[in-house]
Amino acid sequence: MSEKVLMKGNEAIAEAAIRAGCRHYFGYPITPQTELAAYMAKRMPKIGGVFLQAESEVAAINMVYGVAGTGLRVMTSSSSPGVSLKQEGISYIAGADLPALIVNVQRGGPGLGGIQPSQSDYFQATKGGGHGDYHLIVLAPSSVQEMADMTVLAFDLADKYRMPAMLLADGTMGQMMEPVVLPEPSTSTVEKPWAITGTKMQREHNCINSLYLQSGDLERTNFERFEKYKVIEENEALYEEFMMDDAEYCVVAFGIAARVSKNAVVAAREKGLKVGMIRPITLWPFPKKPLAAAADKVKGFVSVELSMGQMIEDVKLATECKKPVVLCNRAGGMIPSPEEVLASIEKMAGGNN
Amino acid sequence: MKRLSLFAGHYGSGKTNIAINYALDLKKSVNEVYIADMDIVNPYFRTKDSEKELNEAGVKLISLKYANTNVDLPSLPQEIYGLVQRRDCHAVMDIGGDDRGAYALGRYAPYILEENNYDMFFVANFFRPLTRTAEEAYEVMREIENACGIPFTGIINNSNVGRETTAEDVESTFGIADDLSRLSSLPVVMTTVTEEVASGLECENKFILNLQNKIF
Repeated sequence: MSEKVLMKGNEAIAEAAIRAGCRHYFGYPITPQTELAAYMAKRMPKIGGVFLQAESEVAAINMVYGVAGTGLRVMTSSSSPGVSLKQEGISYIAGADLPALIVNVQRGGPGLGGIQPSQSDYFQATKGGGHGDYHLIVLAPSSVQEMADMTVLAFDLADKYRMPAMLLADGTMGQMMEPVVLPEPSTSTVEKPWAITGTKMQREHNCINSLYLQSGDLERTNFERFEKYKVIEENEALYEEFMMDDAEYCVVAFGIAARVSKNAVVAAREKGLKVGMIRPITLWPFPKKPLAAAADKVKGFVSVELSMGQMIEDVKLATECKKPVVLCNRAGGMIPSPEEVLASIEKMAGGNN
Repeated sequence: MKRLSLFAGHYGSGKTNIAINYALDLKKSVNEVYIADMDIVNPYFRTKDSEKELNEAGVKLISLKYANTNVDLPSLPQEIYGLVQRRDCHAVMDIGGDDRGAYALGRYAPYILEENNYDMFFVANFFRPLTRTAEEAYEVMREIENACGIPFTGIINNSNVGRETTAEDVESTFGIADDLSRLSSLPVVMTTVTEEVASGLECENKFILNLQNKIF
């Protein structure tokens, strides 16, 4: 049988994680990511893995913390309110420099919000979320195929840089079905000499910890961690450019908003407007370079988001406000239509064309 | 043709779409047709999404009180008891995903089995990740039967990869469907395809899915 299968985004993440060598999943159900947990519940017992429905999100993330300390690939998943609950544990994992994968299939907020898609956890995902100075590597897929591929990439990057990574999707991406070619089983072999695996009386014991009572020690770990972040910002930013060669206006959008925006860009081109799109694939590190380069070429930017305008701040920072940046948004579980995005583009172009 | 037509299968195998198309087709030859949405598992992609088309065709929809309200509160409407107790109408019943969804059907099983005028179809898409082989699909079949207490009577091959599906894709699953048929001793009663795919497909018992919900 052909290698392509028909999968929901949530299922694609689960199967890709298994193929990436993840054998430990801890979670707590919440719409619209529940299929991910349900898939793990069916598959993990058959392949010698662990699926554990914890008593709460807080418990689940601390189980992730524990397994991450042993150097094994481990993950949890939830949707917005549940990811808020996990923030303390995520900060501990970042503070202990451990690789792990956290999946957020976002829904509308704040509070209990709703069960429809949203991108309003952008700040939480990219600016820290929990307490203290830290970052997550944040990947934003925009198709079911990317849900699978970026799950593997997230595990690889987390291991490479010894830090937690987040897959930031939304309810639409989690629920929609598309054909997927699943990734080959991982052959990643990152040495983890720091892992707590038992000394067998043959080496000094390792210690996993985020507590540094001496201010000087704590400052040093922060400085060192941010040196690592600099390397990541330099080397790991991912993005897609669409029709940017001769573009006079640039749409910036990620995830589901980018799929909608692509249609709007094509429609704008049919009307003779020179519009292109930059789609950030990593939200942290944010693809600053292509946006800075575009700022010297285009007349303005349209940030398309399923939030009240969060990524727009990074667009302004990356472009140093050289050109106007306007927001085209829906919130609370609503998705902008291609027509709405096109109207924003036309409004910005105004009488200039 | 039996009075009750039940559609069950693995989560995401295409039950709802087939049930709606089947009900619309049934209405052409039968006066009173009901369709009951019995999915207590997933708050999305519901029978109610096609309410307008069903109304226009005169198919009566029985749906959860909270369907499409975004209130994720599983419950079943009392009208379903009417469908299994009064024996003078035809009803299509769309059962939720997997064995977990089928538990809800169990409470109606005594009425359905006593009347014994039903078909329960196992909807299979062999391109779905957890039902790629006949053995895997057979396991899901048995789980559903154990959950609801009603034996299947036939298999529907709904193998597809969405809009990219070709006739060759569907043909490549015929062997698996036959294996499942042998394992379960049940016939493959239909192969469900879209109009575009149907034209290039040679097989018996083709059933065309005319109504397709397009979101994008």
